[in-house]
Amino acid sequence: MKSAKKGKVVSYNKWGYIFLIPFIVVYLVFQFVPMVTTIGNSFYENYRSGLTQIGPNYVGLKNYEAILSNPDLWIYAKNTLIMWVMGFVPQILVSLLLASWFSNPSLRLKGQGFFKTVIYLPNLIMASAFAMLFFTLFSDGGPVNSILVQSGLREEPFKFFSSVWGTRSLVAFMNFVMWFGNTTILLMAGMMGIDTSLFEAAEVDGATSKQIFFKITLPLLRPILVYVMITSLIGGLQMFDVPQILTNGSGEPMRSSMTLIMYLNKHLFSKNYGMAGALSVLLLIVTGILSMIVYKMSNGNKED
Amino acid sequence: MKRKVLSTLLAVTMVAGMVTGCGNKEAAGTTTATEAGTTTEKEADNTTAADNTVTEAAEEGKVLNVYCWNDEFQRRVKAHYPGYTEVDATHGTIGDVQVVWNITPNADNAYQNNLDEALLNQANASTDEKVDLFLIEADYALKYVDSDATMPIADLGITDADTANQYQYTKDIVTDSNGVLKGLSWQGCPGVMFYSREIAKEVFGTDEPAEVQKKVADWDTYKATADELKAAGYQINSSANDAYRVYSNNVTSKWVVDGKINIDENIMKWVEISKELVDAGEVGTHDIWSDDWSKGFYPEGKVFSYFGPAWLINFCMAADQEGSIGNQGGWAATEGPQGFFWGGTWICAAAGTDNAATIKDIMLKLTCDEAIMKDIVVQDDDFVNNKPAMDAMSTDASYASAVLGGQNPLGMYCAGVEELDLSNLSAYDQGCNEEFQRAMKNYFEGNATLDEAKDLFYKAVVEKYPELTY
Amino acid sequence: MSSNNYKTEKGMGIKGRRTVAYVVLVLVSFLCLFWFYVLFINATRSHGELTKGFTPLPSTHILENWKSMMQGNLPVWNGMLNSFVIAALSTVLSVYFSTMTAYAIHAYNFKLKKFMFTFILMIMMIPTQVTALGFLQVIGKLNLDNSFIPLIVPAIASPATFFYIKQYMESSLPLSLVEAARIDGSGEFKTFNTIVFPLMKPAIAVQLIFGFVTSWNNYFIPALVLHDDKKKTLPILIAQLRSADWLKFDMGQVYMMIAFSIFPVILVYLILSKHIVQGVALGSVKG
Repeated sequence: MKSAKKGKVVSYNKWGYIFLIPFIVVYLVFQFVPMVTTIGNSFYENYRSGLTQIGPNYVGLKNYEAILSNPDLWIYAKNTLIMWVMGFVPQILVSLLLASWFSNPSLRLKGQGFFKTVIYLPNLIMASAFAMLFFTLFSDGGPVNSILVQSGLREEPFKFFSSVWGTRSLVAFMNFVMWFGNTTILLMAGMMGIDTSLFEAAEVDGATSKQIFFKITLPLLRPILVYVMITSLIGGLQMFDVPQILTNGSGEPMRSSMTLIMYLNKHLFSKNYGMAGALSVLLLIVTGILSMIVYKMSNGNKED
Repeated sequence: MKRKVLSTLLAVTMVAGMVTGCGNKEAAGTTTATEAGTTTEKEADNTTAADNTVTEAAEEGKVLNVYCWNDEFQRRVKAHYPGYTEVDATHGTIGDVQVVWNITPNADNAYQNNLDEALLNQANASTDEKVDLFLIEADYALKYVDSDATMPIADLGITDADTANQYQYTKDIVTDSNGVLKGLSWQGCPGVMFYSREIAKEVFGTDEPAEVQKKVADWDTYKATADELKAAGYQINSSANDAYRVYSNNVTSKWVVDGKINIDENIMKWVEISKELVDAGEVGTHDIWSDDWSKGFYPEGKVFSYFGPAWLINFCMAADQEGSIGNQGGWAATEGPQGFFWGGTWICAAAGTDNAATIKDIMLKLTCDEAIMKDIVVQDDDFVNNKPAMDAMSTDASYASAVLGGQNPLGMYCAGVEELDLSNLSAYDQGCNEEFQRAMKNYFEGNATLDEAKDLFYKAVVEKYPELTY
Repeated sequence: MSSNNYKTEKGMGIKGRRTVAYVVLVLVSFLCLFWFYVLFINATRSHGELTKGFTPLPSTHILENWKSMMQGNLPVWNGMLNSFVIAALSTVLSVYFSTMTAYAIHAYNFKLKKFMFTFILMIMMIPTQVTALGFLQVIGKLNLDNSFIPLIVPAIASPATFFYIKQYMESSLPLSLVEAARIDGSGEFKTFNTIVFPLMKPAIAVQLIFGFVTSWNNYFIPALVLHDDKKKTLPILIAQLRSADWLKFDMGQVYMMIAFSIFPVILVYLILSKHIVQGVALGSVKG
């Protein structure tokens, strides 16, 4: 009897591997092999000059040297980070505020359904169409400027795309508008999930709503906040569509809104596979380190 | 149990090892494959080219694939090529040949990249997918002319006699280093200055081209006139980039000399005057082709003039839009401070095409047939590539351009076209011109010093053309 | 009772707080909706009118702009269809196989389980863009360039979807159910399809929406894979608007095209909004 049972367990567990097959096969073909090829490419000189193919010639670490020897990579990393933070900080603050209002039964807000629908709406809009829209709306002679001038708020149109912070703010603002609704709903759901008896107990003990928020709500929300932050950071590292279309790929002015992926896209676009490969590997290392940190963090949380 | 695990582990590591091995091999495989690919392709190209001369009237392919970056040529074909019927915006027919328009925007080398991809794949593509006809611009003509991907015109059966009436410069641009003609154009692109009659009357008291010319005879008077216009509330040009071509096509050296990026003195003169004009608020800094740049096509834009060749008024200046200056015939043309050329479109046949006869006929009709070409002038205000016809029409009082308020600008173009000097073109011009204007915009707007802007320019060009240094 | 408590606090009374909340909500809604309002107005105006500045009232040129968009050389209908096909198929694949992967890790005990879980979490952080170069070369090798397959099939391995469903599974799939099915003699694959998968409905619904939206909006990879105008997805066509060669400066048409790519989504969303917002909230409770 005993041995038969044991045999059964083993035969069930084999299904664990079977169910993993599709994932693993697809992963190997479309992500792992590409990753290996990408790494391979980074050691070769390989680009197109006109209609002639140059290389691939093995050049060792020369591509890495070329990228690391000038400050561009760090500048673009900085740009990416700045625009992400500029969008993420207001996003998390506004979302916390709205979520706490929505989930507070004593406030009895009317029209919640309407407001939730509205704030989630921008999340569904194609980033490229949204960026194109903002480009036309905020161009020197676009509607926003004509409203500013017509209403007497400004005498001259404000050249958003000629100003470093103007462009960055627009990118950050768009990321904010597109994502705060999503975050609000996630946080709200998290708040609703908190055991209400905790709040009641706190109120009986005479805690203020501020205290309740900081001492009870926030700590209990931590897992969800971490989740939101991780996903947002992943998204932030990949920031591409919005600044790409907003600045037509140039990252102007003076490349102050050029992100890492836009830089990568430039090399991919001009078919400079050697440089693109090296750049990819560097990005891979950066994200690898980040994911390690995040993994450690989330593991630490579980042990708490 | 343990044994099982061990064996699984082994299997996994083996698979992993195989995959990594595969990956590496694959990379190496690509290497040789692409190398081999290019050489065989070249051979294939040569043989197909040879084939075409022999079996010119042989089987015509059912699909004519046209690669271009906008609908200018399409509109010429639609309006002037007999036998073309439109199906929809990207399809048409000529007889029983289906015409497919593959349109990719020019900006940021997107068109070239797409075309390169198709041309490099030419040998492997099925006959209905092969590139048959493609268009090129002066800015990168050399790249395709000096390549085996482009078929010599003579191989199509077009003779020197057919093209005798064309302006020599239009043939020089598309003649390769061995002296073989590789493309044909229907237009000539000498540039002039288009100004608003309304504003000229208001500020200078006259809209006569000869009088206005005195106001912009050279760059010093041009600057003084800009001040005068500014005082009256107008900009002399829409953007600093408007005058760019006037400078960049009067250079004495190429963008690239011995693999090194080179900025010509004359282009630095453009930077100098543009900075002055921008700082004084006398021109904007919009990108050419942007909506803001085109605001001056309407009276509300308060722009006095644009520099450009004939195709600019016809193709771009919104003459078909109600309320535009062009619609009311409000422009006039004058030579401006300096002669120049801008753009121009050449028709090329791709090596390996199976529609040689159709391409030949399109080329002959649109670039050599005098009657059709005159028609283009009358209907579209273009300046066509036919010397005797243009000389005759320039003195013909019956031809008057509606957009230019009844002026006949052909004489001006004819004079300009004789002086064109195209010896300083390079294959890198599009990328360099685009990136230079983009980088300098930062300097004009005060976001960078001149040196910083130059550095940005060098950097951007090398990203586009990794083989260059600075 | 609780409102009494709030009132006695040093902060504002409940009414004051409610007013502040409404003001902020209206402001935030304005930030979300204003752009689409301007878009709608401008899509109804001709280019000539647009150059004259902004007006808050719509004009009469909406049909004209529609017609010129239809006659223009950007195949917008094709683009929309392509986007839809790719998004729908990839989402379905992604959700089904992610659930399967999650189930494998959740329900079975095997030696590589912990390793696989950690591994998938790690690769979740790797942006697809970073391996784009190799990806392009691999699909070139497989002769899948300029095809939909490389945009659909890779969705089978979507770590983020897997992670979400796994989290949900942990809280709402009692393994006793699976045991019961085994005792009833149900095969593992059948158990997965008939018992596990339906139980995951709430999480699946959320991921269907997320997945669809992600794929629908995807621009980077499709722009590198698809070259043929007829095959391009909507985001690529929209991005091409930045090259004004296309339109000869008819901004009315540009606005119309942006509207074309945005308003249908808004419409569908408004119809489904209740389910979507609820779904997002529902799924995340467990997440």
